Amino acid sequence: MREITYRQALNEALDEELARDENVCIIGEEVAQYNGAYKVTEGLWDKWGDKRVIDAPISEAGFIGMGIGASMLGIRPVMELMFFSFAYVAFDQMMNNAATVRYMSGGLINVPIVVRGPANGGTNVGATHSHTPENIFANMPGLKVVSPATPRDAKGLLKQSIRDNDPVYFMENTLLYGEKGPVPENDELPDGELLIPLGKAEVKKEGADLSLIAHGRAVITCLKAAEILQAEHGIDAEVVDLRSIRPLDEETILESVRKTNRAVYVEENKPFCGVGAQIASMIQEQAFDYLDAPVLRISSIDSPAIYSPPLEKKQLPYPELVVERALSIC
Amino acid sequence: MAKKKAEHQTDTDYAQDPVNAKLSAEDKIDLLRQMVRIRRFETVSLKYYQQGKMGGFLHLYIGQESVAVGTISLCGENDHIITAYRDHGHALSVGMSMNECMAELFGKKTGCSKGKGGSMHYFAPDKNYWGGHGIVAGQTPLGAGLAFALKYKGLKGCCLCYLGDGAVNQGAYHEALNLAELWDLPVIYVIENNGYSMGTSQERSSAHPEIGLAARAEAYGMEWDQINGENLYEVRARTQVAIDRAHNEGRPTVIEIDTYRYKGHSVADANAEKYRTKEEIQKYMNEHDPLTLWKDQLVSEGVVTEDDFKAMMKEAGEEAEAAARFAQQSDFPDESEILDDVYWEVDNDTEAGNTGRHFFH
Ligand SMILES: Cc1ncc(C[n+]2csc(CCOP(=O)(O)OP(=O)(O)O)c2C)c(N)n1
Ligand SMILES: [Mg+2]
Repeated sequence: MREITYRQALNEALDEELARDENVCIIGEEVAQYNGAYKVTEGLWDKWGDKRVIDAPISEAGFIGMGIGASMLGIRPVMELMFFSFAYVAFDQMMNNAATVRYMSGGLINVPIVVRGPANGGTNVGATHSHTPENIFANMPGLKVVSPATPRDAKGLLKQSIRDNDPVYFMENTLLYGEKGPVPENDELPDGELLIPLGKAEVKKEGADLSLIAHGRAVITCLKAAEILQAEHGIDAEVVDLRSIRPLDEETILESVRKTNRAVYVEENKPFCGVGAQIASMIQEQAFDYLDAPVLRISSIDSPAIYSPPLEKKQLPYPELVVERALSIC
Repeated sequence: MAKKKAEHQTDTDYAQDPVNAKLSAEDKIDLLRQMVRIRRFETVSLKYYQQGKMGGFLHLYIGQESVAVGTISLCGENDHIITAYRDHGHALSVGMSMNECMAELFGKKTGCSKGKGGSMHYFAPDKNYWGGHGIVAGQTPLGAGLAFALKYKGLKGCCLCYLGDGAVNQGAYHEALNLAELWDLPVIYVIENNGYSMGTSQERSSAHPEIGLAARAEAYGMEWDQINGENLYEVRARTQVAIDRAHNEGRPTVIEIDTYRYKGHSVADANAEKYRTKEEIQKYMNEHDPLTLWKDQLVSEGVVTEDDFKAMMKEAGEEAEAAARFAQQSDFPDESEILDDVYWEVDNDTEAGNTGRHFFH
């Protein structure tokens, strides 16, 4: 199968959805003429023009809110946040408006918007630019949160998110944009296109001894940790990728834990009420009798993101740390 | 040219303005030296950035030196500074050392923010310098807040709050403008208009009265002014009017200073010569460079010679290189220090800091 980058995969998803539905448009800072700060939208303005791919001024509350309003009338805006950290400028719109209009209108209105952009630390841009808000947005009923780890998932999930009739906050990772992986061509697929449903986790590597469960780039960290566990310690770890955080595929997680009897949640998020807290609680509640060890959580060290490059490396989970913590319960 | 230049009163002789007339030859040379030091600091930091010695972003101030140097040179004991992420020039202008600024870029614990903030997040409250802010326009309500605090304490001072021509489109800025005028806060918003917000020119990002961005202040009944940033005398003379207004009437002003950045938005800006022409950049460097123009001014006044200037450039280059050596020889923070500086109460080992769990990883 051909290999493309995570960035190209996202770009293909956007291009295909622009072609499929004339109500899909892309709005964000530097998305059009500049080709995107991280080049995710490269070439799309050239191809689709001013109406479909729109450069916005630096007014996140204004243009994200505008996108929410437009979506109420049937437009399907795909909004780019140059960094998901800037969502905090638009927080009121994203929490108060996008998440609640449907409920407060008794179901009369829906908000088919996608807000996407990189939501990660690890690039030494300091605390203001390194937020990981997946748990914060997933906390809010009415919102969906997606966090792909591979090019294939990035493409399939983004296309599905654009078709979803509820607000989807799609969290990417600048450190993954350049990573390559297999993504099928459309003509290799039975339906002629790649769609991955929200709410379906995927076992990225099967294993018998321990479940490493993660989302986003932490999945890649877990895959590396699993290799070390196998090679150096003879431990056969399974790696489960949530892909979508809300809706959450509880069954795939539980199935894995019932098989391996040990679970570690790994995320680059902050620990307090992190995604791992939700998963750990769910596991103990629904698979208590299967557990041979406490469910562990590995997250960012609990401070705002530090700038200093070698330190920030240690602030986020890395394979050796996952190995060390995993060994403590094996 | 991408942006619309304001018409400046070129017939006014700003050199005769009281705030400039009182400058001694030494003062004038010092202003030149400050601009030279910024330029050299930036060139040297660029060199080490390109060698991979730093992480993240590097937003260079080259071309805009007269704004920070000219405005901050007017500040007194109770005048405060806050700016965005293009913050190195302001930092050196308030008297932060090249060593602490450079070490911050290298992520070392001898940096002004102990390596925790990086290029965009310099701080030095002891020098009335409140950052260094990475979120576009995030500093603008803070600027109003510093002014509020001055007024509250009954101090005669003001806050110079810098922002870019792109930042003027954030809601936070407009809310801050309203508060500043409504409550008579001694804050001066200094729009450093370099014509672009990343790759977006002013006309593609801002709707505004024909005269310019500062004129939006009129909607709030606020005074405003527009200044030619290439002329240090003009920057000082007209900024002083705003400072006087803040000091004497406790009232805000928006000033827009026309300037230009020579480098990309940040060093990572691969399109720096795509959204504007090479010729446009060259024209600024040749005809509007604030540093060269000030040097020429001082040469014509007989205050410096070309040789003095060359020596000054060399000296500043050496100072910046020495700062880079200092930075390289300094230590990175210790891993345990990641958790310092999160909570005041914990750092100070108080009862509050020892009650309940504060950290969760
Ligand atoms: C809230 C927010 N949105 C977007 C960005 C990304 N960004 C950083 S600087 C910048 C351009 C700002 O331009 P301007 O205000 O003119 O300042 P200049 O860079 O020219 O000094 C953008 C879009 C950010 N840091 N914060
Ligand atoms: Mg600008």
